[in-house]
Amino acid sequence: MVVGQETRTIDLTIDGQQVKAKEGATVLEVAREGGIYIPTLCYHPSLTPYGSCRMCIVEIENIRGFPTACTTPVTESMVVNTNTPQLQELRRNILELALSEHPYACLICDRRERCQPFHITLRKTAVTSGCTMCPKNRRCELQEVVDYVGLTEVRLSPIYRDLPILRDSPFFDRDYNLCILCGRCVRVCQEVRGAGAIAFTYRGSQALVGTAFDRSLQDSGCQFCGACVDACPTGALMERSGKWQGLPESTVTTTCGYCGVGCQLNLEIKGGKIVRVAPVLDNSVNQGQACVKGRFGIAEFVHHPQRLTTPLIQRNGELVEASWDEALTLVTKRLANYKGNQFAFISSAKCTNEENYLAQKFTRMVMATNNIDHCARLCHAPTVAGLAQAFGSGAMTNSINEIKDAACILVIGSNTSSGHPVIALEIIKAVRNGGKLIVANPREIELCRYADIWLRHFPGSDVALLMGMMRVIIDEELADLAFVEEQCQDFDAFRESLINFDLDLAEKVTGVTSDKIVEAARLYATHKPASIIYAMGITQHSHGTDNVSATANLAMLAGNIGKPSTGVNPLRGQNNVQGACDLGALPNVYTAYQRVDNPDIQKKFETAWVCSLDASPGLTLPEMIEAAYSGQIKAVYLMGENPLLSEADAGHAQEALSKLDFLVVQDIFLTETAQLADVVLPAASFAEKDGTFTNTERRIQRVRKAIEPIGNAKPDWWIICQIAKRLEAEGFDFEHPSQIMAEIASLTPSYGGISYQRLEECGLQWPCPTKDHPGTPILHVGKFVRGLGKFTPLEYRPPAELPDEEYPLVLTTGRSLYHFHTGTMTRRVMGLNAIEPEGVVEINPVDASHLKIADGDKVKVISRRGEVIAKVRVTEESPPKVVFMTFHFAESAANILTNPALDPVSKIPEFKVCAVRVEKV
Amino acid sequence: MRDELAEILAEYGGEKGALIPILQRIQEKFGYLPEEAISEIAKFSRMAESEIFGVASFYAQFYFTRRGQHTVKVCLGTACHVRGGERILDEVKRELGVESGGTTKDYKLSLERVACFGSCALAPVMVIDKNVYGRMTIAKAKDILDEYRRG
Repeated sequence: MVVGQETRTIDLTIDGQQVKAKEGATVLEVAREGGIYIPTLCYHPSLTPYGSCRMCIVEIENIRGFPTACTTPVTESMVVNTNTPQLQELRRNILELALSEHPYACLICDRRERCQPFHITLRKTAVTSGCTMCPKNRRCELQEVVDYVGLTEVRLSPIYRDLPILRDSPFFDRDYNLCILCGRCVRVCQEVRGAGAIAFTYRGSQALVGTAFDRSLQDSGCQFCGACVDACPTGALMERSGKWQGLPESTVTTTCGYCGVGCQLNLEIKGGKIVRVAPVLDNSVNQGQACVKGRFGIAEFVHHPQRLTTPLIQRNGELVEASWDEALTLVTKRLANYKGNQFAFISSAKCTNEENYLAQKFTRMVMATNNIDHCARLCHAPTVAGLAQAFGSGAMTNSINEIKDAACILVIGSNTSSGHPVIALEIIKAVRNGGKLIVANPREIELCRYADIWLRHFPGSDVALLMGMMRVIIDEELADLAFVEEQCQDFDAFRESLINFDLDLAEKVTGVTSDKIVEAARLYATHKPASIIYAMGITQHSHGTDNVSATANLAMLAGNIGKPSTGVNPLRGQNNVQGACDLGALPNVYTAYQRVDNPDIQKKFETAWVCSLDASPGLTLPEMIEAAYSGQIKAVYLMGENPLLSEADAGHAQEALSKLDFLVVQDIFLTETAQLADVVLPAASFAEKDGTFTNTERRIQRVRKAIEPIGNAKPDWWIICQIAKRLEAEGFDFEHPSQIMAEIASLTPSYGGISYQRLEECGLQWPCPTKDHPGTPILHVGKFVRGLGKFTPLEYRPPAELPDEEYPLVLTTGRSLYHFHTGTMTRRVMGLNAIEPEGVVEINPVDASHLKIADGDKVKVISRRGEVIAKVRVTEESPPKVVFMTFHFAESAANILTNPALDPVSKIPEFKVCAVRVEKV
Repeated sequence: MRDELAEILAEYGGEKGALIPILQRIQEKFGYLPEEAISEIAKFSRMAESEIFGVASFYAQFYFTRRGQHTVKVCLGTACHVRGGERILDEVKRELGVESGGTTKDYKLSLERVACFGSCALAPVMVIDKNVYGRMTIAKAKDILDEYRRG
């Protein structure tokens, strides 16, 4: 992106209307912007113009023939006519050709509207022979175009190919009898998603959208994102859920509740139920894209029969149903006895900003302790610690929509296509735009296919790799020393520490050849703007903070910070993990990282909340588990988390929680952890409440109530307020989350300008300190938030547990595209389970043959802490001596094996490296 | 097969738009385009397998199933049709036990029907590999096939 480049404005006339346009726009885009309809079938705003359906032909003065509006750029003083009798006649003729192979009886039938009541019975015919029997009826673009051009008769004899309807996707059907070969599905799959699962196959009258060798979608690299379904103008591709429901009664725009990308989704509602979910086209986060979880994995878990619908109380070893009054009375009575440091609140990155604010207010004000933490401890605590120390702010420095303009991207410790699928699309876009891609990952991840360089370093050797690269950058004088001089400090100490990282050492420690390290260093330092993207492969180590500091050092060294498409960009895992941190669900800070041990801050909150507050930081999540184990913590209020699967050494966590005097769990399902609770409170899901989430790029976005809470479930904010009020606390009288946000804005500098009124239009990126501040897409512009950027001298520390004779393999853990976190939501979605029913252990063919294990065998994976049994997948995606597991599956819970060795600064456990042995069972 | 594929692909290293020549070379080598070859080309050229299949299936010259050692083509162009090409084709089908487009179980012979060879003066015509056999009769066809089946 070139900043400050002016695009010329062009004046032209369309249908007698004077319009202004930006240079480079097409006639179609300009017409649509000006509210002039030009019919199209193959055009889609997310795709490059194709010009194949010929519906958008127009007449342009002084241009011969009938150019297509979608491929013709506007020029000065152009005179365009879009709707002349000749054009309409031509369009009708072309459309007739398309319709001769498409069931059209109803398209041109004048009784179409009156036929609607028969819809219900007609659909029982196996074949869609006309619109009233088509699931796309009344939202079909072909209908729209036929009506516009006034086609009333098709003179060609109809051809019906009688192709079988393909039902090999768990989410959508493919009926190619209704396909008009516009190619939108094929193009979106190749161009936007990079999946290329489908293509035009065969030729002429046999031409068909299909897969290689007509394989099933799953065997063709389909990621079931549903982009093809959204792109399809006809009923050829239709999601199965809500297929015959017709048009929705209402549509509610909200923020996806799965990962930290924060995709904007439209929930379509009928009869109080979510019938269909589709991504919003016009927004800067996901631009009409979503992933399989957001697109197809929401309605089913929200309406799942196992949802908690009533409070439960433990009686004689059994959880029995209770009324809200009973449950709340019991909770308040018990909690009243545990005020102070024997209490801990485990908050949730799944809940809204407002709820996390209330959780920490409740803990600090009512329970008089700073013992509050949440799962960010297990994912990005090193980011908050490391980046705050280096830059002054522990968040993504740049925005999602800048990634596509980067000249170089370093993706390290992130399987972006699985963890943050929609951000992976931006990376693919950057590569398509000519950007260079460096992938550093021990595993052969999807993005390796697009990478210019793939650095396959050993798990846990990130510091050595990055420091090695920096050594090259300095030795070859590629560093941006002017930037370093002007905006950074402690450079000399850092440079000294580089002495230990010559290429020999880097090669030895990382296993990456030195010429590759050199090549990557040169690429990163010379192609600007360059962006670093990382996720938990960087943070989940016993030296996670060092890893984060290394990425910060690298960005500063090359001057890649504070400019568009640069920066250090940690991808946050949960939908609202950024917000939960921002709102102070952490033991050492109030909202916006205002420290509890700062007397001025303490005073500010004491005045606002009218209470006295504790100045000593509380316990972190792993420390809470330890304290529960040792009996120091006696009561825990747990909201929307499942530590029994998510903690390292999960077996130990279970023992610890069982020792508590009192455990209250608030969740949407009876999770593994909730089964241990004394009281279980049913919470409303994100679709059933108002609020805000803050996504990974610091964008605060609205969550809107689409349906009423299921059964007797209540929003988390309501429940916390009830308990606080019953404990006779003041300041919890909220009727609506917007009032909570008003209080947040008054106490939180970076959220100072946030209000529901402003968020109604679009999300805002913090810092947004005042009501008229437009938000901040890029941090550290011209000056670091902390003043000067701070270099950190580093030394290499190996993982806490290395393979030895007894445990010869390294286990590393990660995520699957098809499941989320501990599977509480995704494992209740039938389609997702059909695609990926169980956790597998991925092992390299070399190790597999050594251990005499074949693909599909059952094995036991054993570490010093426990053992699990799972099926094996033999694949070269895993490097030799390394096995890989996801942590989504309770029956093969990877975290029974992982090492709870903590990073000394951020207290994150080492999820990514532990030593194991694999045995055939 | 992997090594042989790697050898062919290496010849086209770094070349963009070489997909069709690559496909032709592979078919020359193996007689058809095996699934494994498509997946190797996909990795090599960073394209999706479906995209490659889409290109290959567009052209009549590419095959996706293993072909016979020899290809028997029976002409049904105008002249051959008039002079009984259809009967020749039926006889060949019966002899080989395959439909047109098929391959015998022992992978000796594949059968195809074609529209015209431009050897109309010799109609009806049968072509095996690059040898043209003119003025065919049912008896002659059987003898010729026998030759190839033995060889």
